[in-house]
Amino acid sequence: MDTKWIEKIVDRYGRDKTRLMDILIEIQQEKGYIPSDTLPVIARMTGISQAWVEQTVSFYHFFRREPSGRYAVFLNNSVVANMMGRDKVARTFEEETGCQFGEVSEDGLIGLFDTSCIGMSDQEPAALINGKVFTRLTPFRVREIVRNMRAGKPVEELSTSGYGGGSNALPLIRAEVRNNIQRKGPLLEENYETGTVLREKLRLLTPEEVIWEVKLSELRGRGGAGFPTGLKWEFCRRAKGEKKYIFCNADEGEPGTFKDRVLLTEYPGLVFEGMALAAYAAGASEGILYIRYEYKYLERYLNHVLEEMRKNNLLGKNIAGIEGFDFDIRLQYGAGAYVCGEESALLESAEGKRGEPRFKPPFPVEKGYLGRPTIINNVETLCAAVKILYFGSEWYRTMGTENSKGTKVLSISGDCRYPGIYELEWGYTVNDILDMAGADDVQAVQVGGPSGTLISPEEFSRIICYKDLATGGSFIIFNNRRDILRDVVHNFMEFFIEESCGSCVPCRNMPWLLKQKLEKILSGHGVWKDLEDLEKWPEIMKINRCGLGQTAANPVITSLRNFRALYEEKIQKGRCFDEGFDLEKAVEESCEVVGRIPLI
Amino acid sequence: MNNEYITITIDDQEIKARPGEFIVAAARRNGIYIPTLCNMPGVHPAGSCRICTVYVNGRPMTSCTTPVAEGMEIETRSPDLEDFRRSVVELLFVEGNHFCPACEKSGNCELQALGYRLEMMAPRYPYQFPERDIDASWPKLIKDHNRCVLCKRCIRTILDEEGHHIFAFRYRGHNLQITIDPEYGKNLTDELAEKAAKNCPVGSLLYRGKHGFETPIGQRKYDKEPIGSDVEKLKKAKVS
Repeated sequence: MDTKWIEKIVDRYGRDKTRLMDILIEIQQEKGYIPSDTLPVIARMTGISQAWVEQTVSFYHFFRREPSGRYAVFLNNSVVANMMGRDKVARTFEEETGCQFGEVSEDGLIGLFDTSCIGMSDQEPAALINGKVFTRLTPFRVREIVRNMRAGKPVEELSTSGYGGGSNALPLIRAEVRNNIQRKGPLLEENYETGTVLREKLRLLTPEEVIWEVKLSELRGRGGAGFPTGLKWEFCRRAKGEKKYIFCNADEGEPGTFKDRVLLTEYPGLVFEGMALAAYAAGASEGILYIRYEYKYLERYLNHVLEEMRKNNLLGKNIAGIEGFDFDIRLQYGAGAYVCGEESALLESAEGKRGEPRFKPPFPVEKGYLGRPTIINNVETLCAAVKILYFGSEWYRTMGTENSKGTKVLSISGDCRYPGIYELEWGYTVNDILDMAGADDVQAVQVGGPSGTLISPEEFSRIICYKDLATGGSFIIFNNRRDILRDVVHNFMEFFIEESCGSCVPCRNMPWLLKQKLEKILSGHGVWKDLEDLEKWPEIMKINRCGLGQTAANPVITSLRNFRALYEEKIQKGRCFDEGFDLEKAVEESCEVVGRIPLI
Repeated sequence: MNNEYITITIDDQEIKARPGEFIVAAARRNGIYIPTLCNMPGVHPAGSCRICTVYVNGRPMTSCTTPVAEGMEIETRSPDLEDFRRSVVELLFVEGNHFCPACEKSGNCELQALGYRLEMMAPRYPYQFPERDIDASWPKLIKDHNRCVLCKRCIRTILDEEGHHIFAFRYRGHNLQITIDPEYGKNLTDELAEKAAKNCPVGSLLYRGKHGFETPIGQRKYDKEPIGSDVEKLKKAKVS
């Protein structure tokens, strides 16, 4: 076998086992899958065992072990995709190609696969075909696309729908993705020129003063967990270590969020400047944007923006003329794993391993990437930090509520007239937001994605803020025609089953068991005891290691709490089924006869 | 600094702990048994089975991964913790295919011993009866995926002299399984194979070089006394 091409790739990454993700992504892109005979070569060259290479390969959804077709179609199967007509689109794909989802057509031309939310909930149904995004799919367009595949057209020419607005139309992106920015606030307002803070402000401020300003603003992490950003930067600054890292977490995988997609498309300079700002504050020299594979279509553009910033002395050596301020950024792509949005799993992945969350302590600010102090911030957090340094923490604190300062970018999708991203001050009620998005006849809203809360109209006066309804930004609306249990809860449980890393026993098993129960109830065979179990069983989820595991039963927990009637109407009532075995009762009579006292 | 101690409280009892050691180890030295499964003394913890979860200042934390800190208040025995532990064991029993009477590890199996110790009756969850393979293709080992609890002990402890991992995970979530490296597995030494089988808490890895039933069932380690007894004896010794 010719192994030269593999060796070339591995050599390009310095035979470094911590760059395994990049090596595998290149092989995947070159061949369309990871051929088995590449594994021993990679293992030998990077000095790890073949089993260890396969451990990483088999963890990620987009690393395929078999040929996946010259055109590999990954059709999103998220709840919003289904609501927007995915079923018809999927059936058309199957009819036109003659193969089922999970298969490759006989001639090896087209492969059809499911995939979790790809960050296009405002324009579903959507699919990735060889890494290119196709949105707003209809059966008509599917027929057209498959026809073009059969004609052997390059993936760029499969569609005739034109390019989306803004940067999406740039030659380096050329995506049909639309931004759908519905409401701008101070973060999205174009009143700022990239690099101004680095050029004009940092010269006058010590790192401690930068941290102080961010602390004063009361900015908290926008990824969902809400940790105070200034404090995180301070911890990292204080941590001992010669080399420190700044990570930007752009692995937004929570179904229903897509705000980071828009931020990276329209404001990449702001994101990178935020990373440089954090680097200045913490004394870090290297930055990594960890970005999900689904956003591979932005790669060339983002690299171009980085190159421009280097040219303008906003990255590189002595940034903005500040002696000793050296910092540069590279992209690190994932390969399809929701759990890698968890910061320590993200680090594992960036080090070339399976994305299994680490246990804490130690926290990444002390021991992060390659064991060194590391800050991991959400895309939106970093953008906000730049604006805070520019306009001042006072200004920032004038927005929001008592406990939640500033603004939040929401990703709104589902049953509404104006899906898209909305930048809002913290403090709006759910009702306000539904009004804004043009949503009528609303049955339920999923706030914070599947790991968040499903709320009913009774709670629509609740407030979006850290103290009440905290959210990383996903806001999915369901109208009264939706079957909450079948369409929503069941879909979410399948998502968590698919995306668990499998390390913790409860997270590996409980979602599966809950899904079985739910299916029993949906099929009409449920009894009261099943509802009791659904209430009690998930309690154990709180002992899982990471945020995914701890919240993976939330769809069941919150729907049962807020939509109990939907469950009750489906179960068998007034009938007595065998609900288990009572040992004591069973031996009662025989004990009496022989005069034995049972031990239990 | 190494001979300095810090004070922590476990179940209302003040004990002295060594800075940097994990809670589970500090507890053990003081005769307090916190049930564990994936943990192995002296081996970097995995924190994956979650059985050793305790409340540290009110928050659930795995005691095998959490280092002690001055003034920590630890609760190991609340009814909900006991129930979580039993629940984890039950989940493992329904997840795989564990037929104790036919298993050559019976009586030496930590999962089985935990089942007894935690007073598990029938699992509350439905058995899944998954279809799983027995891999008998290796010269020194038999790997039975039916019994695997995915504790990572083999992954963590069986490495060759150059630090190559011989065992690894494959896939994720519900499909997670253990694999053996094709090259290193073929050339595995008797010493490492025996160690792998010994470190496996269940009967998932069996060493071919020995007869599995030389010690009859009924006379094995946990047939004689419950798991954790060795730890609790320390306390009794101290008291008397």
